[in-house]
Amino acid sequence: MGAFSILVNGTRRTVDADEDTPLLWVLRDDLDLKGAKYGCGMGLCGACTVHLDDQPTRSCVTPLSAVGDARITTIEAIGQVDAGKRLQEAWLALDVPQCGYCQAGQIMTAAALIRDNPKPSDTEIDAAMNGNLCRCATYTRIRRAIKKACGLPYSRDS
Amino acid sequence: MSGSDGPAAMTASRRSILKAGAALGGGLLLGLELFLPAPARAATASVLNLFVTIGPDGIVTITSKNPEIGQGIKTSLPMLVAEELDVAWSDVRVEEVPLDQRYGSQFAGGSFAMSLNWEPLRRMGAAARAMLVGTAAERWGVPVGECSTISGQVRHDPTGRTIGYGALADAASRRPVPDPDTLKLKDPADYSIIGQPLAGVDNPAIVTGKPLFGIDVSVPGMLYAVFEKCPVFGGKVISANIDEIAGMPGVQHAFILAGGDDPQGVVSGVAIVADRLWRANAARAKLKVIWDEGPYAEQNSASFSDEEHALSAKDAERVIRKDGDVEAALADAAYTVMDARYAYPFLAHASLEPQNCTAHYMDGAVQIWAPTQNPGSGRAIVAKTLGIAPEKVSVRMTRCGGGFGRRLQNDYMAEAALISRMTGTAIKLVWSRTDDFQHDFYRPAGFHRFSGGVDADGRLVAWKMRFTTFRRANGDIVPWGDFVADEYPARLVPNLLADMSTIELGAPTGALRGPSSNALSFVINGFCDELAHAAGRDPVDFALTLLGNPRVLPISPGPRGAGLFPDSPSYDTGRMRAVVEGVAERSDWRKRPKGGASGDVRTGYGFAYYWSHMGYFAEVAQVDVTRTGAVKVRKIWAVADVGSTIVNPSGAYQQCQGAMIEGMGQALGLEVPIRNGRAQTTNFHAYPLPRIGDTPEIDLHFLRTPHPPTGLGEPALPPVIPAIVNAIFDATGKRIRQLPVKPRDLALT
Repeated sequence: MGAFSILVNGTRRTVDADEDTPLLWVLRDDLDLKGAKYGCGMGLCGACTVHLDDQPTRSCVTPLSAVGDARITTIEAIGQVDAGKRLQEAWLALDVPQCGYCQAGQIMTAAALIRDNPKPSDTEIDAAMNGNLCRCATYTRIRRAIKKACGLPYSRDS
Repeated sequence: MSGSDGPAAMTASRRSILKAGAALGGGLLLGLELFLPAPARAATASVLNLFVTIGPDGIVTITSKNPEIGQGIKTSLPMLVAEELDVAWSDVRVEEVPLDQRYGSQFAGGSFAMSLNWEPLRRMGAAARAMLVGTAAERWGVPVGECSTISGQVRHDPTGRTIGYGALADAASRRPVPDPDTLKLKDPADYSIIGQPLAGVDNPAIVTGKPLFGIDVSVPGMLYAVFEKCPVFGGKVISANIDEIAGMPGVQHAFILAGGDDPQGVVSGVAIVADRLWRANAARAKLKVIWDEGPYAEQNSASFSDEEHALSAKDAERVIRKDGDVEAALADAAYTVMDARYAYPFLAHASLEPQNCTAHYMDGAVQIWAPTQNPGSGRAIVAKTLGIAPEKVSVRMTRCGGGFGRRLQNDYMAEAALISRMTGTAIKLVWSRTDDFQHDFYRPAGFHRFSGGVDADGRLVAWKMRFTTFRRANGDIVPWGDFVADEYPARLVPNLLADMSTIELGAPTGALRGPSSNALSFVINGFCDELAHAAGRDPVDFALTLLGNPRVLPISPGPRGAGLFPDSPSYDTGRMRAVVEGVAERSDWRKRPKGGASGDVRTGYGFAYYWSHMGYFAEVAQVDVTRTGAVKVRKIWAVADVGSTIVNPSGAYQQCQGAMIEGMGQALGLEVPIRNGRAQTTNFHAYPLPRIGDTPEIDLHFLRTPHPPTGLGEPALPPVIPAIVNAIFDATGKRIRQLPVKPRDLALT
């Protein structure tokens, strides 16, 4: 165990944890930020996605000791960023979630996408989002909601 | 979430007595007095019945009684109450309640909830509305018949006076419950909530990362538990390096649980309890267990296939159904397909939230927080495991990060309860993804051999099927490995023989979304497509000929006659004809391009139809197959009949889209191989669930027919698998008889 100082959602936090503890469990169990989810523990499903210095990162395979001074942003604070807020509004407007378990990770990945690429094509959306598994397969609406958040036209349920 | 507000904490002072509950609730609430625990935040709110509480501000709290697994029930059931109560949806708050027999059925399975609750929950809303109207009429001194309601207000029609529900609720809550026979339900033409596409009530919490799920539960002072079981089904711990594990950082307890033989309860394994989940897992990585792997350590998927070949040459163990003379009919048929062997694999549920449970055993009772589809059976297994009375087990259901049938079993709940008792503390048990894949209740694999005959007019005249499934050591057919005598196309074919044989299996099995149907639709529709092609008939025409004139097929007598569920109605060929014709029209089936190569891509169209969970679905798939044999589903058309009303169209489209994409995944890649008695799949890299880039365009259309609405969690799934497989045949000329599809079988050499 050791004391680590990390910057989470704009606030410096000190956590006392083993250095190999994945950031996911530090966020969830030490800092009570339950938004990032455990799905696979191997970076395969994206449910644990957070931002480190604005880059989508799989927190389940990121040891605490590797975080250093990176700015950590989680779903709990992504609404304070313009892209995140627009995505959350689009997610609500289009009723994207089914079970909802993956959606924090989806929004975190999408927020990085549309910040870097404000008008993504279908192909670009698919490429950016393909690492985020949705077991309920809400993909049709994820695509639409990303487009809606970007002010792009999107399809409707037939 | 925090701890003590189980059913025991309800406040009797705020009770509402709805003695007519039995009549109101149909069979659901039979003979029960209905008491409601007061919602904590609404100290001044008035309880009108178990499902309706109204505050002085007119805010209505509606009970959500069923587990929410992503099927949208926490939104759609309260919509039924709100509609008949006649309130604005924006004034409705939904409150989840714990397991409690007064609410009637509380489970998520079989797409049952809408058909079970459609009538009683609307009556709950209507009863509360009548009490509010009665209060207003009394206050105004006018006849009830002169009063109406509109969006949370009672109106005196002759004078136009109105009064809000909030001002009436307190007095209304003290009125006698109305005679259920006097309750008049709305004309569907007047619906303002039912039929509207409404967003899920938990969505704001979901998109902001609020704790909602079982894995998010936190109880003061709790420890974290992991539990290692033998990877071979039925294996037991002989010994383990417990002393070493107990000394590792953060570990508070480490012990062997002897367990029992029932996989639905606690089986043999090693529990590690630590102050952090990560430390429990770090200790687990050092765990060394010597296992007695038991009698199934030699089982392999490949050897099951060999056994089936051997069994198929022998007489069947059991005849399921025999009509006419199938051998004579095959001999006389104009066209036949003989001994077509179909096979499908074991499947896992792979809900994205792995199994987990928080339990706190104290003073002979236990409080459970769990993502479960079936809290009632969970309570029973916990009580049995701990040897305590069921009344000593309180269960709070959390939102589930997916269910798909896995959480109908509550083995993880029993494990958590026992570990809590052993340690004397609140614990949260969290399974790893590998635990989840290796200790599932798998969709059983199966084998079907078909021979069929068609006459010169395109009529199916002979249908012969040998089903090889699995049994337990005691001879019982494994759960969801059985076959019912009325399975399609029985009752439509004059000469039919269906029989079965079994192979002993160690792996636990259970229901996976569209249980049985997800497998049977593939083999039945696949073989029908083969017969249609053999007879030179269009597959849609072949289906319409087989369905014949619109009529309701009688259920065969005997317990194995009816559908999979005891209250399944008979199969209505007219309803199926309509969806078959509907999907042919919407997909322009009769003008579809001829399947085959265009450049490097081979394109094809396939059709299938299936009835399950009381829903009628017909679907068409368009696929592309590349030179390397990769299959891309371009588009799916679906036409469905689930009765008169789509309660929440937003959720309905979601359920169907999700089910069809899930079925696509089953067709194109999913399987859990068993080798040396254990599931080989350990994580998502070996279980290629569909990703966003795999998602096809979906055209979905609901017919509205004069039948009570039925559920949508499942019935869209079964037809998509054979629609895709039949489209692959159209594109490539290669018949897929074994799932999942292997690209190498479709590659151009």
